[in-house]
Amino acid sequence: MAKVLLEMKNITKTFPGVKALDNVNLQVEEGEIHALVGENGAGKSTLMNVLSGVYPYGTYEGDIIYNGEVCQFHKIKDSEQKGIVIIHQELALVPQMSIGENMFLGNERGRKNAINWNETYGEADKYLKMVGLSESSRTLIKEIGTGKQQLVEIAKALAKKAKLLILDEPTSSLNETDSKALLDLMLEFKKQGMTMIIITHKLNEVVYVADKITVVRDGSTIETMNCHEMEINEDRIIKGMVGREITDRFPKRHDVKIGDINMEVKNWTVHHPLYPERKVVDNVHMNVRKGEVVGIYGLMGAGRTELAMSIFGHSYGANISGTLTINGKEVVLKNPREAINAKLAYVTEDRKGNGLVLSNPIRVNTSLANMSGVSNHNIIDVDKEYQVAVEYKEKLKTKTPSVEQNVGNLSGGNQQKVLLAKWMFTDPDILILDEPTRGIDVGAKYEIYCIINDLVAAGKSVIMISSELPEVIGMSDRIYIMNEAKIVGEMNASEATQVNIMASILQSGRSE
Amino acid sequence: MGGVKITDILKKYTMVIALILVVAFFYWKTGGKILLPQNINNLISQNAYVFVLAAGMLLCILTGGNIDLACGSVVCFIGGIGAVIMSKNINVWVAVLVMLVGGILVGIWQGFWIAYVKVPPFIATLAGMYAFRGLSNVVLQGMTVGIGNSTFLNVFGGGAECYVPDLFGKGSLNVTCLLLGIIIAVIYVAFVLKNRISAKTKDYATAPLATEIIKMFIVCAVVIWIFYKLAQYKGIPTSLIWIAVVLVVYGYITSKTTMGRYLYAVGGNEKATKLSGIDPRKVYFFAYVNMGLMSGLAGILTVARACGAQPTFGQGYEMDAIAACFVGGASAYGGEGNVFGVVIGATLMGVINMGMSIMGVEANYQKVVKGLVLLIAIVFDVMSKKQKK
Repeated sequence: MAKVLLEMKNITKTFPGVKALDNVNLQVEEGEIHALVGENGAGKSTLMNVLSGVYPYGTYEGDIIYNGEVCQFHKIKDSEQKGIVIIHQELALVPQMSIGENMFLGNERGRKNAINWNETYGEADKYLKMVGLSESSRTLIKEIGTGKQQLVEIAKALAKKAKLLILDEPTSSLNETDSKALLDLMLEFKKQGMTMIIITHKLNEVVYVADKITVVRDGSTIETMNCHEMEINEDRIIKGMVGREITDRFPKRHDVKIGDINMEVKNWTVHHPLYPERKVVDNVHMNVRKGEVVGIYGLMGAGRTELAMSIFGHSYGANISGTLTINGKEVVLKNPREAINAKLAYVTEDRKGNGLVLSNPIRVNTSLANMSGVSNHNIIDVDKEYQVAVEYKEKLKTKTPSVEQNVGNLSGGNQQKVLLAKWMFTDPDILILDEPTRGIDVGAKYEIYCIINDLVAAGKSVIMISSELPEVIGMSDRIYIMNEAKIVGEMNASEATQVNIMASILQSGRSE
Repeated sequence: MGGVKITDILKKYTMVIALILVVAFFYWKTGGKILLPQNINNLISQNAYVFVLAAGMLLCILTGGNIDLACGSVVCFIGGIGAVIMSKNINVWVAVLVMLVGGILVGIWQGFWIAYVKVPPFIATLAGMYAFRGLSNVVLQGMTVGIGNSTFLNVFGGGAECYVPDLFGKGSLNVTCLLLGIIIAVIYVAFVLKNRISAKTKDYATAPLATEIIKMFIVCAVVIWIFYKLAQYKGIPTSLIWIAVVLVVYGYITSKTTMGRYLYAVGGNEKATKLSGIDPRKVYFFAYVNMGLMSGLAGILTVARACGAQPTFGQGYEMDAIAACFVGGASAYGGEGNVFGVVIGATLMGVINMGMSIMGVEANYQKVVKGLVLLIAIVFDVMSKKQKK
C-alpha cells in the first residue's frame, strides 16, 4: 500500500446558518487519481477550498495532515508552497496577456523589480511542452481556444511545482476531444508520480481516470470506492450520490403525437461577427415538428449556439442568409423581440452571462421577457407578476423560500428552472434549449427532462442542444449532428448510438 | 414568519441610521441650531437642485454605474437661456417651456452618442461638461443676467415670497402647511394599509404587523414634524413642491413601470436583457434624455433661487448628485439603488454641509469631510456585500 499523502480529518465548516461540511474525512494516497463526486452544493468545492487555504486555518474545525505533518494554511500561497495547487472551474487567465505572463502571474521569474523575460518564456515553453501544447508562450491567451486555455492552467500549476493537483470541473467547458486529451494527460502525470484530486459531474470521466472515488453528499463523505477492488459503473456512483438508485435517468414520454413541421431553416449561413470571411454556420437545413424533441449534438465550437442564436432574432453573427419558416410562413426575425413575437424562445447555455439578472429576484427574472404579460400600458401589476412567479415556481418545483429571493443566491439547477420559467412564460411554440443541464446535478437534470417532456406533451417543439451524448440519445426523437459549422448527420433516436454519432463526426472531418 | 433580525434592520436602514446620528451630532455641536425652522427650510431650498439632479442621475447609474458629468454645465446653460429670454420681456411660461425642452434636447444629444454610437458615458458627458460650460458663457456673454419676474421666482423657489400662501390668514403658525403635512401622513397610512389588506386577502407574505406599525408611526412622525417646523417659519417653500413631484414621479417610474424595470435589468445583465427582447439602447437613451430634463428643471430652480444666472453656476453640481446616489446606496456597478435611498443620501450630504457651515468649519475642510463621508459610505457598501458572500 502506497504512502498516504493527504489526510483530512473530521473537517467541519459552517457558514452562517449552514453546515457546509460535517465531519468530513478524506484520504489520498501518493500517486493516485482520486475523484470527488457529489451533487451540486454537496460540499466538494468547499472541501477543496479548505484544503487550499481559501478558507484560512481557524475558520474550520478538524485537521489537515499533508506529507505526515499537520498543516495550517492561512492563505493560498501557504498551500502552494507545499505543492498543493488547485485549478478552479472558472479559468483564471488574463485574456490580454501572453501565456507566459499568465503562467508566472504572481510568481514572476527574475527579481521583484526586474522581470527576467527570457527566463519567463523559456520556462513557460518547457511546461507547455509537458502538457502537450505546441503554442509559443508568447501567444496571447485570447488567441487560443478554451481547451488549450485549460492546458495552460495545468502548465501554470506545474510551474508551481505541484505535488498534489486539484482539478475542479476541469472539463466542464471542453468538448469531447479536448476532454479526452486532458484525461489522458492526467493519466500520463500519474505515471510520473503526481497525485491528483478531480472534481467532476461527468461520471464517464470518473470511471475512466479514477483510482478511488469518494462520494460527498450533504456535506458528509458517504463512501470511498476503490476502483481496483470492485466493479465500478456510473449507476453505482449515482446511487451513492443521490442516496437512491435512479433506475431511469431519462423519463419516458407517453403517447406524444408528433405533428406537422413547426419550424424549418434552409440554406442557413452565418458569418463570424468579427471575421466576416469565416462561416460559423454553413448552409444548414433543419426542421422540427410539433411535439418533437430534436437534439443537436456537436462538439463545442461546432456552431450549435451560433446556429440557435442566429435563428433567434439574429442575436448572433453577421451576414446571415437563408430562409426561416415558422408554421408554414416564411419570416425574417431581425431582433429578439420579433423572435419572441413569432413564438420562439432561446434558453441560453450561459445562464449567468446571457440568461438571468442575478441581482434581481426570481419574480423579476420570470417576467423579464414578457413584461406585457404582467403590465397594463407599461405600468407593472406587481400582484400579477408575483402570482406568475409563484405559479412557475410550483410548476417547475424550484426550491426557494420565496420568489423574492435573488436569483444569484440559488443553486445552478434552480437557476436553470428560473430561466426555463422565464421563457415558458413567453408562451413559445418552439423552444431552443442550449445545454439545458450543464453544470447541474443528477436530480435536477431529471426534473429538467420531465419539464421537456411536459412541453412536448403540450404540443410544443423542443430543440435541445447538448454536448452530452447519453442525454441527446436519451431525450431526443431525432438527432442532428453538427461539426465545423455544418450539419453532418441526421438520425432517428432509435438508430442512434454513441458509436455511430461519433463516427459521423469523424467521417465528416476526414472527408474535408 | 419569525421575528425580524435586528442586524437585518440595521443593514437595510444603515443610511437612515447614519442620517439620524449625523443630525444628532450636529444638534449637539450647534446647540440645537440645526433643527431651527429656518434651517430646515434652508436645507430644502438650498438642496433642491441636488434632489432633482440625483433623481435623474439615479436612472443613469442604474443602467450600469453610468454617470452624467455634464449636468452641472447643463444647469448653467439652461438657466442662462431662461434668464436671457426673460430679460427680453418674453412670457415667463414660454421661457420655462424653452428651458425644459432645451434640457430634453441636451439629453437627446448626449443619449444619442451614448446609446446609439456607444461612446462611453464618462467621455460623452465629459465632452458635454466642457461644451455646455462654454455655451453658457456664450449665451450669457460672460455676464450676470438678473431675473426680475416675480411669478417665475415665486413658483420656482426664489426671492422672499416663494412659499405656498397660507389659506387661513396670517397667524404665527402656517396652518395650511401643517394641515398638508397631516394629509400626507394620512394618505401614506391609507396607502400602506390598503396594500397590506390586498396582500393579505391574496395570501401573500407580509411584513410582521408590529414592524409595519412602527415604520408607519416613524414615517408619519417625521413628515408631520418637518411640516410643523416649516409652518413655524414661512410655510412650504415652492421648491419643495417640485422636489416632491420629481421624487414621487421617479419613485413610481423606478418601481412600477416597465421602463423602470428595464433600467435595473440592463444594469444587472445587459446581455440577458437584450436576449429577452428588450433593446438596451432605448434604455440608455431614456435614462440620458431624462437626465437632460432633470438638468433643465434644476437649471430653472437654480436661477430662480439666485434671482439670476451667472456663467459659473452649477459647477460641481454633478458631483453632488452622484455623491447623493452613491451615499444613498446605489451600486457603482448598476442594477441596484432606489429613490428613497437617494433622498436619504442627498439629505445626509445636505445636513453635513449645513451643520459644518453653522459650526463655522472652514470651507476647505468641509470638502475634506464630504469626501470622507462619500468614501466611508461606499466602503461600507462594499464590505456589507462581501459579507453576504
